[in-house]
Amino acid sequence: MSDFLRDYLTVVWFGLAALVLGSLLLGLAALVRPVKPNASKLIAYESGVDPVGIGWSQSQIRYYVFALLFVIFDVEAVFIFPWAASIERYGTFGLVVMLAFIVLLLDGLLYAWKRGLLRWV
Amino acid sequence: MSVAIEIPYWGQSLLRVLGGIVAVLLPAGTIVYVFLFKMMSFMQSRLGPMEAGPYGSMQLFAEVGKWMQKEDTAPAAADHRIFKMAPLIVLLSTFLLVAVVPFGPDAWLTNFETGVFYGLAVSSISVLGILVAGWSSANKYSLLGGLRAAGQLIAYELPLVLAAIGVVIQAGSMRMQDIVVAQNAGSIFGWDGVGNPYLLTQGVGFLVFMIAVQAELTQPPFDMPIAESELVSGYMTEYSGFRFLIFFIAEFATVGVFSLIASVLFLGGWGVPFAWFGWEGIDDVDNWMNVVGPLIMVNKMLVLSFLIMWVRFSFPRFREDQLQRFAWKVLIPVALANIVVTAILKVAV
Repeated sequence: MSDFLRDYLTVVWFGLAALVLGSLLLGLAALVRPVKPNASKLIAYESGVDPVGIGWSQSQIRYYVFALLFVIFDVEAVFIFPWAASIERYGTFGLVVMLAFIVLLLDGLLYAWKRGLLRWV
Repeated sequence: MSVAIEIPYWGQSLLRVLGGIVAVLLPAGTIVYVFLFKMMSFMQSRLGPMEAGPYGSMQLFAEVGKWMQKEDTAPAAADHRIFKMAPLIVLLSTFLLVAVVPFGPDAWLTNFETGVFYGLAVSSISVLGILVAGWSSANKYSLLGGLRAAGQLIAYELPLVLAAIGVVIQAGSMRMQDIVVAQNAGSIFGWDGVGNPYLLTQGVGFLVFMIAVQAELTQPPFDMPIAESELVSGYMTEYSGFRFLIFFIAEFATVGVFSLIASVLFLGGWGVPFAWFGWEGIDDVDNWMNVVGPLIMVNKMLVLSFLIMWVRFSFPRFREDQLQRFAWKVLIPVALANIVVTAILKVAV
């Protein structure tokens, strides 16, 4: 197996280690802890007041614009990374192209800013 | 240079996983005892735990014993299966993240060519855990806390990523080992006495990175997701007993792991300036660095987590709108400008 795939296999082992360790600790705790549920213990804790309605009540999601902007900038980061790692190979040409790219995206951020989308509405 | 003893692949994997577990739990315990218990107490003119062991040093074990005996309750209305999974997802994210940190020339866990990229990618898995914890609790405070956490983590993910790009530009590689070597074999204006730690030549990037880390870890002053005066305990409200403790361990372990990553990116990682010993590249580095390297990393980790904790204990919480404004209107433009300046200097000089 190539070193490249072996690294990913190591990641799998790490993930398994996390799950096994967590489950072991939880299992150990399950042997020690008491289990005495009653109705009032199982009510959602909302500062001692009985909850009104269900927990999944409608609330205003305020950051969907941020989420959209995030996607744009995250994709930008994906494009910048390979260029950043081999910046010397592309030299001035790559620099100019990437600057144009960054400026365009910055322009988008400024537009959103000017439209007032970055305010907490 | 190769390791003197040949270890079969399964042995290496086992060693790496054990090393990873140590690298997650040791920083978590150290940070909680030294900083959270003792340093915070001294800053607040009190002694902190004193009873369990000398200077309360056994307090951690007492705490684990205490949390083990607590009842594990879940609200009747909760989505039980996901509710129980959520802390494990957060812990999983921490373990996947530590896999990217190199501790010595051969003492690495994974040696990805795209290490920085991988680290930043898996660090955002914890958002999923927090979001499902908030959603599955069937509690309005939890839901609000989970959504706030999601909004905050995506907002500060960007400065984090963009600040790391400055480092990648300077090192010319995304591999963590190459970044360590580039810093220690480098020189500032021809002087190689301290190598070229990017703390000095990427100062702005370091500042942006550490602020973003503070927010990614939801440490005060960026702790709106668990703001106890508004949201009880945010997404952790309904968790009790050991499941809560897993959230807690993961939180402080991630502080340690992010400090490790920041020390690789900006403080020179496991290395000492190569000029001191006449090393040229990673192949010249002597074997003893595999022992000294981890010790150096621990020290750098302690310094950076001290900074994180110091800020945590010193500043009052931001307001939610200030938080988003700060990320989008200050940190992201500054980080982008940092990339542009770094790239121009790198190509021109």
